[in-house]
Amino acid sequence: MMIDLIGYIFIGIGITFDFIGCLGLVRLPDLYNRLHASIKCVTFGTCGIMLGVFVIHGFTDVGIKAIFCALFLLLTAPVSAHAISRAAHLSGVKPWEKSVCDHYEKDK
Amino acid sequence: MKLLRWFIGLILIALIIAVNLKYEFSPLMRMVNFLIPSCILCLWRIYKGPTPADRVVAIDILGILVIGFCGVLTVFTDKIFFIEIAIAWALQSFIATIALAKYLEGKKFDD
Repeated sequence: MMIDLIGYIFIGIGITFDFIGCLGLVRLPDLYNRLHASIKCVTFGTCGIMLGVFVIHGFTDVGIKAIFCALFLLLTAPVSAHAISRAAHLSGVKPWEKSVCDHYEKDK
Repeated sequence: MKLLRWFIGLILIALIIAVNLKYEFSPLMRMVNFLIPSCILCLWRIYKGPTPADRVVAIDILGILVIGFCGVLTVFTDKIFFIEIAIAWALQSFIATIALAKYLEGKKFDD
């Protein structure tokens, strides 16, 4: 029963992170800020939920599949975020006017 | 106007938490009560987003939320095939995001 409680705590933390990330997706002023807030949904929100599934089910087929899903998300989410931000910068999305620095613009 | 929007947001978040505290829900419904408003916020960003890149980010996060939904359904129902849907959705979502990013990048070469 202690194991189940730990798993539920992981799932609760993950859902809280999902909600806060989506709040940042709506609230923040700029594409890059929104991307920064909303990728937290992936790396701790959904991976936290999958970790909770792994803790509850243990080393059964469901648990192994959950830990593989978390590993795959952890590997691919930064790649897709980098691809989106680079494509947006190349297609001409300007940063917020109060942004401090833009090194990619200088390096081009 | 800005203050009014702040108040509306705070009242909505307080309403979600108050409904969760006041009524008796099953654990699955308590999780869903936080996941459905997140999906609605993502849909609002898809509707409102000023640039196409915003919509791509929101679609990506909507897919991620569906993966989390599948994980929650795996725990709180007896159907264990939801986790396979989660793995397939993760693969498909990554490829779709990369393809949309390439499409956004290719718009530069027209001019």
